Amino acid sequence: MKAFLTRRKSLLAAASAAIALTLSACGGGGGTGTGSNPTPVEKPSFAAGTTMEKLASAGKVTIGTKFDQPLFGQKGLDGKPVGFDVEIGKLLAAKLGIPADKIEWVETVSANREQFIKQGKVDLIVATYTINDKRKTEVDFAGPYYEAGQALMVNKDNTSITKPEDVKGKNVCSVTGSTPASTIVEKYGAVLVPAATYSACLEPLRNKQVEAVTTDNVILAGFVNKEPDAFKLASDETFTKEPYGIGLKKGDTEFRNWVNDQLESFSKDGSYKKAWEDTAGAVIKTAPELPAIDRY
Amino acid sequence: MDVIIESLPQYWDGFLRTLFLAAVSGIIALVAGTLLAAARVSPVAALRGFSMAYVEVVRNTPLTIAFFFAAVVLPRLGVTFQQFEIAAIIALSAYTAAFIAEAVRSGVNSVPVGQAEAARSIGMKFGQVLSLIILPQALRTVIPPMINILIALVKNSSVAGAFYVLELFGYGKQLANDHGDAVMWVLVGVAFFYLLITVPLGYLAHQVERKVAIAR
Repeated sequence: MKAFLTRRKSLLAAASAAIALTLSACGGGGGTGTGSNPTPVEKPSFAAGTTMEKLASAGKVTIGTKFDQPLFGQKGLDGKPVGFDVEIGKLLAAKLGIPADKIEWVETVSANREQFIKQGKVDLIVATYTINDKRKTEVDFAGPYYEAGQALMVNKDNTSITKPEDVKGKNVCSVTGSTPASTIVEKYGAVLVPAATYSACLEPLRNKQVEAVTTDNVILAGFVNKEPDAFKLASDETFTKEPYGIGLKKGDTEFRNWVNDQLESFSKDGSYKKAWEDTAGAVIKTAPELPAIDRY
Repeated sequence: MDVIIESLPQYWDGFLRTLFLAAVSGIIALVAGTLLAAARVSPVAALRGFSMAYVEVVRNTPLTIAFFFAAVVLPRLGVTFQQFEIAAIIALSAYTAAFIAEAVRSGVNSVPVGQAEAARSIGMKFGQVLSLIILPQALRTVIPPMINILIALVKNSSVAGAFYVLELFGYGKQLANDHGDAVMWVLVGVAFFYLLITVPLGYLAHQVERKVAIAR
């Protein structure tokens, strides 16, 4: 594992060097086709001893994100993650005076996120990370910066389902035992067709044996993104709430307040909206408003 | 232990669904399997060929593939059903019929050739020889293997849980998700309800065998 990490680091270094070369060759203009590169703030000043000051003077930051969540954090063949979470990470880094190519991206899957923050393997985590009380005992959360929630995916030509009330008595596919599955059955009276994974729901939907597939909108958006000619989201509206926060070390209140301030400034200067439109906006058209920041 | 008691309604629902799948598929498979065996020993070459090809192909294909075919491929070919139980019954009965056919054929082989010759000598046609002389004796000898196949069918029906049917095993997965701290007990409960079908089936086989056994 260690050897692997080192190898990846050197690969990343090589990749960023190559990109730096390409950039200087074409006069520094233009993107690399993998998301935006927000201009870093020149020489930001922070109070001594804060995490911001430490990161700014080091000139690099380690951010955890998902590598397999299309539209939010997904690592392509070129090794650079793209998505809404990644854009938020880049915007934050820019405010620390760190350019996008000085960010080290680390894959954080759902199970290892708290541990990675505690062990200092990452400075912060932007990874479709739902804020909840159990996690709050281990780490701190800035944000929420986005509120995901349960939604419905239907066939492209389906116009009869636009809201959860429309699935009453109809076949709806979801994963056995998941929270979205029990919500759609108990609250909206759907007939559950249980599957082992969400991708196993795609065939019955395609064959019209189920009318809809239900789970969090960001997962469904990933499927729609892959097959925009076959599927669509029934609506941009969601009917449960999963607030996504930015995870950071517990007790680092200054850093958390700073991140919260930045999120509000992204919302004001339009970079939040642009980050959305460049990424997840491809499927979820309505750009979200920044949810009210929870300064607990 | 508590998890089994408080989940009894789910277990019961799953139990009935499993029983339904096994009973319907079992009946279809018994009929289809006997017909396949009859075709296998019939004087018509085409029927013999078809029966042999069917048995060899289906018997040597994993059940999961049969399920995949019924639940995913058939709808792609335009045969859609709103209830996945139908796909499960198609897969289970098609698969089990092949094994029943082989069991019945072995029973037919165990009936002495002289029986068929004697029947033919008094002017019986093939259909009569088979249905009046051979099969009644053959079926009696193959009660134990037949029951084994049916017990296997009951257990095989759990594959339906992976193909969109909420039967005993499907509920087991759901309960395991809901009670992550008591997965062991959840599975003990699932096993208990399977035994509730299979153990009596074995006992029944014993009784039937004693009743209809023929001394040779």
